[in-house]
Amino acid sequence: MAEIDSSGGGHGKKGGKQRAKKLSTKIDMTPMVDLGFLLITFFMLTTTLQKPSVMQLNMPDKNDKSETTPQPASKTLAVIPGPKNKVYYFNGDPKDEALPIGVTDYTANGIRKVILEHKAKIGEKFVVVIMAMDKASYKNVVDLLDEMAITGSERYAMVDAAPTIIEKLKKSGKFVE
Amino acid sequence: MPKVQVKKQSVSLDMTAMCDVAFLLLTFFMLTAKMRPQEPVQVTTPTSIAKAKPTDKDLVTITVDREGKIYWGTDNQEIRVQTLAAMGEKHGIAFTNAEADIFRLTESFGAPIGALKQLLNTDPKERNRPGFQPGMPCDSVNNELFEWVYAARQRNPAIKIVVKGDGASDYKVMKQIVGSLQEQNVNQFYLLTGLETKPAGE
Repeated sequence: MAEIDSSGGGHGKKGGKQRAKKLSTKIDMTPMVDLGFLLITFFMLTTTLQKPSVMQLNMPDKNDKSETTPQPASKTLAVIPGPKNKVYYFNGDPKDEALPIGVTDYTANGIRKVILEHKAKIGEKFVVVIMAMDKASYKNVVDLLDEMAITGSERYAMVDAAPTIIEKLKKSGKFVE
Repeated sequence: MPKVQVKKQSVSLDMTAMCDVAFLLLTFFMLTAKMRPQEPVQVTTPTSIAKAKPTDKDLVTITVDREGKIYWGTDNQEIRVQTLAAMGEKHGIAFTNAEADIFRLTESFGAPIGALKQLLNTDPKERNRPGFQPGMPCDSVNNELFEWVYAARQRNPAIKIVVKGDGASDYKVMKQIVGSLQEQNVNQFYLLTGLETKPAGE
């Protein structure tokens, strides 16, 4: 296929038939292969093979003033990503002084377990409220949004951590600065 | 015992087949290649199980690096140039054609509009050195990110906002970005993440 036919041609000018010299038709392909692989390597390294994925985040319309039914605090799990990869959570009315505040991390046995437990306990009207603190890392928040997808918690909201809540966290003695 | 004569074999291989394969692969990579754009920051995005792929065109990408610096960019070169013109007009800065041409090829940048002219005239190597660009201001006093996104949306209202944040950056920056974009009624964001497999048993 890749061999070049170099036979034929070279007809004698003078009467007598002149034998064309049989040349070897083999070409050394090695440098060509080298070049080929060099270019392959180049293209492989400069290509972004795996396209990143996107996570869609829909925030509520700020101008939308339509009435919504209030969500009972007893059926709400508040999840507060804090600094140092810690996440705090409580279930209930934040005004309650004796409300227990839990602290955990982002591993499978951490917040995921907490969410699943509360989801099973509360049942239908379960809502997760994510109140990320300023010092939480972006990764933490994405992890939490991811947990929502993993645990199938479709009803969740993202709000800013209110100063009263942060105050409460600090008072609980579990807060790690 | 008679000595066994080792047959001399030819060491020359037929490279034709190998060459075919090499060029087949080369063709494949050349056709599928999309050059990695030159960016002023390297960002490690967090991973998620989200599988949706970003659409290829008409995106505004807001990049947030580790320190929380904000970079703005769009993939559409026409919109890029038009946005620059609109921003220049608004702030009373005239950009020359040469500067617009450089901007056309700038994938993303992070600088206040006042420093943009100087940035465009800086050597590309220096310009894309990590940490060179100061980041785009996005606070209540001077919210240029808002203006840039707004200007780009004026050109194409259907443009999508992709946030490419470094996992280690503070959530505070994200809050600012989301907050300022919600002010112009952008409520849908796409967070760029790496792939992660969904844990089993769910």
